[in-house]
Amino acid sequence: MTLFYLFAAVAVLASLLVISQRNPIYSVLLLIASFGALSGLYVLLEAPFVAVIQIIVYAGAIMVLFLFVVMLLNAPHEETEQDERLHAFRRPAPFRFGVVLAVALAIELTWALTRGGGETGAFPGAAVSSVRAIGRTLFTEYSFPFEVTSILILVAMVGAVVLAKRDVGRSGASAPPRG
Amino acid sequence: MWAGAEHPLPPEDKVGDDVPTLNDYLILSAILFAIGSAGVLIRRNIITILLSVEIMLNAVNLSFVAFGRALGTADGQIIVFFVMTVAAAEAAVGLAIVIGLFRHRESLNPATFTSLKW
Repeated sequence: MTLFYLFAAVAVLASLLVISQRNPIYSVLLLIASFGALSGLYVLLEAPFVAVIQIIVYAGAIMVLFLFVVMLLNAPHEETEQDERLHAFRRPAPFRFGVVLAVALAIELTWALTRGGGETGAFPGAAVSSVRAIGRTLFTEYSFPFEVTSILILVAMVGAVVLAKRDVGRSGASAPPRG
Repeated sequence: MWAGAEHPLPPEDKVGDDVPTLNDYLILSAILFAIGSAGVLIRRNIITILLSVEIMLNAVNLSFVAFGRALGTADGQIIVFFVMTVAAAEAAVGLAIVIGLFRHRESLNPATFTSLKW
């Protein structure tokens, strides 16, 4: 239970700091810390495979991609001068509305989860934590979604290349003649 | 060892109250999801908004794994695998769009991208 509270506190604090930082680089680094804490929670849930791919795929690949883009763009800090010092509740209406909506969502979800009583005590039964069992289920029962995933990745790869390429029409052979 | 080393406690007594339950994980997941949605709503930097979407995806992943653990199946972890794949694709395409937008407007503020607004 101590470990659970430790990891949960790290995850929540790091996530709160992610959305309160002005500099996107700090946001990305804090989100990596949050993912590390979530990985610890997955270990507590006896899901070591998920914990490992959380670190390798999320913290290692996706977040490095974010960090790369942040450093590539050399982005300016986001706030303009007039609300640089304002508290989140004193900003213009959409932001106040967003904060209120998020707090309402948190209270509502927690209330819905706590009022029913629900599960108490430890999880019943044994956990499926072996990679062998996960792989067997993945490649038999879920083989079609797995193959669809490869097409998704291919489409995303081509899309990212096309979107990030500079001046697709001008350098390609299919570009209409100019002048 | 003390005297309790040999007398076997029944499992119900051993777990007691100091083991995180399914509800604990779900409440943590709800809090993280609310933080992510707050980030999407209040930030004005596209990259931070995408990071908040990642927080929300991870909150849902946590609840998937917790439910899978409670049900004793591997399905929750497999769904998490697919969610991570979709998140990777989303990050790649989203960041490519961010690069394209920044190239056009020299800004990351979503309020400057209003060409489609009427």
